[in-house]
Amino acid sequence: MRLKRNVHEADAIAVTAGGLARRWRLGEKLIEGWIYLAGGLAIVVLLGIIILLVKEGMPIFFDTPPWEFFFGTKWYLVSEPPTFGIMPFFVATLWVTVVATAISVPIGVACAAYMSEVAPDKLRETVKPVIELLAGFPSVVMGFIGLMLLSPLVQSAFNLNTGLSGLTAGIMLAFMSLPIIISVSEDAMRAVPDEFRQASYALGATKWETIWHVCIPAALSGITAAVMLGVGRAIGETMTVLMVAGGALAVPVSPTEPMMPMTAAIASGIGNAVRGGLQYQALFAIGLILFVLTLFVNLVADRVLERQKRRFQR
Amino acid sequence: MKTRVAPRQISQRTAFSLLIVATAIVVLPVVVIIIVIILNGAGAISWDFLTQPPMQAGKAGGIFPAILGTFYLMLGTIIVALPVGVLAGVYLSEYARDDWMTRTVNLAIVNLAGVPSIVYGLFGLGVFVLMFQFGMSLLAASLTLACQALAMTVTTSREAILAVPREYREGSLAVGTTRWQTIRHIVLPQAMPGIITGAVLAMSRAAGETAPILVVGAAFFLPALPQSPLDQFMALPYHLYTVAAHIPGMPKSTIWGVALVLLVVVLSFNVLATIIRLRARKRRYST
Repeated sequence: MRLKRNVHEADAIAVTAGGLARRWRLGEKLIEGWIYLAGGLAIVVLLGIIILLVKEGMPIFFDTPPWEFFFGTKWYLVSEPPTFGIMPFFVATLWVTVVATAISVPIGVACAAYMSEVAPDKLRETVKPVIELLAGFPSVVMGFIGLMLLSPLVQSAFNLNTGLSGLTAGIMLAFMSLPIIISVSEDAMRAVPDEFRQASYALGATKWETIWHVCIPAALSGITAAVMLGVGRAIGETMTVLMVAGGALAVPVSPTEPMMPMTAAIASGIGNAVRGGLQYQALFAIGLILFVLTLFVNLVADRVLERQKRRFQR
Repeated sequence: MKTRVAPRQISQRTAFSLLIVATAIVVLPVVVIIIVIILNGAGAISWDFLTQPPMQAGKAGGIFPAILGTFYLMLGTIIVALPVGVLAGVYLSEYARDDWMTRTVNLAIVNLAGVPSIVYGLFGLGVFVLMFQFGMSLLAASLTLACQALAMTVTTSREAILAVPREYREGSLAVGTTRWQTIRHIVLPQAMPGIITGAVLAMSRAAGETAPILVVGAAFFLPALPQSPLDQFMALPYHLYTVAAHIPGMPKSTIWGVALVLLVVVLSFNVLATIIRLRARKRRYST
């Protein structure tokens, strides 16, 4: 009798436990569904960007053949018929990126080397937050500073008609890509195993010789990735170049001229472009080019970083 | 005999001074910019400047609608980007096997982080404003900024969750909890400081982002505050862009004032993120 009751109780417990487990399993399945969905969303957004840019941008090539679009030097919206040649924007992007990289890479790598190899911990702990602050500056504030402080300086230093030029924009961009260049290069140099340095000291090398001949070469792939990420940042930056680069539509032959990089061309034109109109399509096509350029730069940087990580992993 | 300084020592000293100069070139302008903005902008800041709507095309009055709009944008962005980011972070750290799907997701996130902000603007314009017909609204702008913030919230959540020691999970699973219960009650609370840090940084980013909302349609002046997510909005960064680059005869102090308010909003969230991270680190080391 007693035994029977126990069996009953056990059954009851088993039943409730089963029910609970089933409920858990249902809730679990539900939440896992959401988790998988969220994981997939990144792919959806990226694909969405690609599809939209292609769908809205490609039709321009029915009107303007690709070679005229890519190599045309005239972007005239009001001429009859309007012409869409993006050479002025492309060359402008090239100039500001070259200026930005030429300034930011030596300074950035030197700063990273100092922080990772030379600076005492206390100094490093003070400098790091300042660089993080710089990374947090909104690009519109940097554009504003370029407008108010840097452009008069550039104007008088280079004796220009206007301080709003590719050079001014490039200097601001250099400043804005410094945080990413510094942090990625510093990580790369810190990842160099200490044995490398000790071996170098054992051979009688000074600290500087060790940095120059051992640390930097060993971290070179990471530094390369850092440079590429900086370049990607400079190519894609919009507000600063929109405010500071000058906005001229001619193909710039020197960085001291006013110019309009691709990002600025989109930002300044999209507001009055009619949906589905030629200008709208042309601007989306420029967006597509920007996307492909930065995608390429990021993919390569990611590959290089992965390889560097594997190299010192043991 | 006098000790001779070897030429190698001299070259080391020269090189190190150059490295210090480079570091100073990075650090000093940051300090100078902050000081200049504070000195020039402080004069414009008053209670009315912060709480009144603009008058005379922004030349007088305050910037309250722009501050409110930026606040709404930050909120809208994080409401979308944080849950998705945490769930995706859980997927990548707890569920994902080393298969093509995981590799594709990781690759997509790396690339989303590098997409120029103006391209996100085009995406938001094409998808949220035109295709979904949200119009030039707070909703469309928030969703656009959320897509942009996604890469950051996913990455920081994934790293925070991966940093939770394996033993915690095993201990929980050993007492018979399910996988999700372990995540919900053990892993996520442990990872919370890291996740929050990422979220606060994403909000700071959303507050300063200009190019996307320029494309998706922020307004320079509106007669009324937005009443619903489908209303148009003003925002601080767009306001700064317009008063600095497009309105002639703008009083200088007003422009600097807008810049100061924007910088304070953005940087205070940045500093908040740093504080959360440091406190969490201290707690971890002290136990």
